Amino acid sequence: MTKTISVTLKIWRQQTSGVKGRLESYAAEDISTDMSFLEMLDVINEKLTLEGREPIAFDHDCREGICGMCGAVVNGRPHGPEKGTTLCQLHMRHFSDGDTIVIEPWRAKAFPIIKDLVVDRTAFDTIIQAGGFIAVNTGGAPDANAIPVPQQAAEKAMDAAACIGCGACVAACPNAAAMLFTGAKISHLALLPQGRPEAAKRALAMLRTMDELGFGNCTNERECEAECPKEISIVTIARMNREFLKASFISDEA
Amino acid sequence: MTLDAKIPGGRLTQKWDRHRFELKLVNPANKRKYNIIVVGTGLAGGSASAALAELGYDVKTFCVQDSPRRAHSIAAQGGINAAKNYPNDGDSIWRLFYDTVKGGDFRAREANVYRLAQISNLIIDHCVAQGIPFARDYGGLLANRSFGGAQVTRTFYARGQTGQQLLLGAYSALSRQVAAGKVKLFSRREMLDLVVVNGQARGIVVRNLINGDIERHDAHAVVLCTGGYGNVFFLSTNAMASNVTAAFRAYKKGAYFANPCFAQIHPTCIPVHGTYQSKLTLMSESLRNDGRVWVPKDPGDKRPPSQIPASERSYFLEEKYPSFGNLVPRDVASRNAKEQCDMGKGVGDTGLAVFLDFADAIKRDTRAVIEKKYGNLFQMYEKITGQDPYQTPMMIYPAVHYTMGGLWVDYNLMSAVDGLFVLGEANFSDHGANRLGASALMQGLADGYFILPYTIGGYLAGTNLPAINADHPAFKEAEQHVQSRLNTLLAVDGKRTVDDFHRKLGSIMWEYCGMARNNEGLEKARSLIQSLRAEFWENVRVPGIDKDFNQSLERAGRVADFLEFGELVIIDALARQESCGGHFNEAFQTDENEARRDDENFCHVAVWEFTGDDKAPRFHQEPLVFENVELTQRSYK
Repeated sequence: MTKTISVTLKIWRQQTSGVKGRLESYAAEDISTDMSFLEMLDVINEKLTLEGREPIAFDHDCREGICGMCGAVVNGRPHGPEKGTTLCQLHMRHFSDGDTIVIEPWRAKAFPIIKDLVVDRTAFDTIIQAGGFIAVNTGGAPDANAIPVPQQAAEKAMDAAACIGCGACVAACPNAAAMLFTGAKISHLALLPQGRPEAAKRALAMLRTMDELGFGNCTNERECEAECPKEISIVTIARMNREFLKASFISDEA
Repeated sequence: MTLDAKIPGGRLTQKWDRHRFELKLVNPANKRKYNIIVVGTGLAGGSASAALAELGYDVKTFCVQDSPRRAHSIAAQGGINAAKNYPNDGDSIWRLFYDTVKGGDFRAREANVYRLAQISNLIIDHCVAQGIPFARDYGGLLANRSFGGAQVTRTFYARGQTGQQLLLGAYSALSRQVAAGKVKLFSRREMLDLVVVNGQARGIVVRNLINGDIERHDAHAVVLCTGGYGNVFFLSTNAMASNVTAAFRAYKKGAYFANPCFAQIHPTCIPVHGTYQSKLTLMSESLRNDGRVWVPKDPGDKRPPSQIPASERSYFLEEKYPSFGNLVPRDVASRNAKEQCDMGKGVGDTGLAVFLDFADAIKRDTRAVIEKKYGNLFQMYEKITGQDPYQTPMMIYPAVHYTMGGLWVDYNLMSAVDGLFVLGEANFSDHGANRLGASALMQGLADGYFILPYTIGGYLAGTNLPAINADHPAFKEAEQHVQSRLNTLLAVDGKRTVDDFHRKLGSIMWEYCGMARNNEGLEKARSLIQSLRAEFWENVRVPGIDKDFNQSLERAGRVADFLEFGELVIIDALARQESCGGHFNEAFQTDENEARRDDENFCHVAVWEFTGDDKAPRFHQEPLVFENVELTQRSYK
């Protein structure tokens, strides 16, 4: 049977980038524990609208944990307390009556705040544009079964390719590094025979771009792995480092 | 007026080859002189942008999300069909073509569907070359699974995330062209009008969702890949930002809307849990392979399922359809679940759910076997509902999932407006009245990678396109129109929120134009929508200002369009006095409660032309001619 709780929210409000923001308190009363976290924010926003106040801006879209659009730091943890769960899939039954919940945007130099909980993650697109692809034009591909791929390689590639590009890894990292994101894409493509011809070029270009965009470096804190909603392993970072070293020392691309 | 679909002559199997030869070509060196706008970055828009840029066209690509990688194609789970016949089980292009035409209840074009089946194989080749990590067998070759009731095994998949992987492939290809300078990307932009000059689509007006600026963009052609309109029902499996606005504004500028009443309602979704629900989540229909669907025999029986003995349960699908049982097609399963709930036998807090029970399967096969098959789905169910389906039956209910209708296009995917092309779910072309599983991904990528790049060349090479730019009066006029609409929305300052209106519209649509429809209900819905729309413009409250990041204003514009578009859906449903696929009018059913088509009078595409605000749309039809398949009645007893 449905149960309701009342909680206090402290939410980051910031009009736009470059201006000062602050935490504001809101009472969320009689919240059904079957609600998702974002539905709880919807309820607050409906109330604010009717009171003539401005609703809280937050990004969201699919609400089933796959598009990567949503995300906020909840009580200090990206996407909140549940392991392997995006914010949209977090439900209020994981909170208790009387709780205070602090909600903040991703904080990183490379992710400027647009408004309230909304940040600009264009930097992720820029990293992919630097080399997160296999350079094949439409129309010239051989039969799909012409290149056998060992099942294990395909599975490992899929583990890495599951990244949803939400940015929780950056928000979790004390250095605001994008190593898990970049490592996941480099791993996905480096593990497949189709991705080998450009592997060296890709690793060099993507890492260089990542650095230029203001992301930090990895100091093995493993926070990214702990908070990744798709539970991507830091093995992908190790693999990226190997690809980068190989490319730097023995490829013609360096 | 009878519409000309421009279907090439000759034998079905040779039409596409012949057409490609007959299409005019743009010289490679001249392609860079053409500017093409693509709106939307799902499978259709992402693939079209990449493929056009690879050919040398200059492309401008727009999306409402912060990144093109987030379009809702990403949420497709099951897989993508192709006629590769790798399992050696008798599949062929002809069989895929036939299954798709029949699955669509004979309301799609033969020539389009045949071309789709032909192209299906090229898609798989290209996606593998892009590095899509499809599932593989131990020998390293691609694995297939059976899906959606097909009698052959033809579905390629990447775990339960096939849409995600295919979309990221298209996004990668698009990103490569951004780096090459051939695609200019405009994210967080919403198309709010189409600009037509001398009868040709020459640009769009968009709102920059970050700062609210209105921008004009000109081009030689415009390609809409803006997805489906399932959110006219408010609750659906669509993403929150999925909307009809771009397609509807194009409709108001002269594009025609085809078969808007064809919506697919999927039987196995997690039920609505409360009035604050924002969306519905799909559970793979493979669950019906082992789960048994039931409700209590007595209406109003609110005992927990464990306390209802077998003799007091009604396994209604097994009772009514002894040979297909729980595996009847989507539309039949959905309608029957609704029927039981209408009789008061629905379960759960809301009474709008039926049980899907795995107890017998676990007893028969052991928990370990069931876990291996459905573990991830059971986990997802538990995450959302907080209930353990190994211990207690799942509760499911149907939800709006996909819309087969869309903007009318000819064989070249061009709408009734010259130079306006429409791809993917946004067009109406290939699925008839019902889409089969694993064929939406196929269609989006076929349109974007392998059809549009040819047909748009034919248009550009054969058309006189006067030099214009965004200073043209038509752009100014469109911009003024957009701005005044935004101002009006903000000025109402009423007492009800945008979501409140949207929710109300959705409940009208669902009640009267959902799984089962009748003329009386549709007439009632039409007047309810008219009064709701009138109230919207008098009583909506949109906070904030236009020159700002204002999500309420974004939604207000979309809901305003849904309030007009919803009536068009009703008008279409009323005009189609038959039942077929996803459109079930209670007056037209067989003795077994199956959809009864009327091929004599309704074997056509219903096409609607905008004639002015508050005026009835003008009806056109495109007759459907079947020369290669025989029209038959579906039966599942």
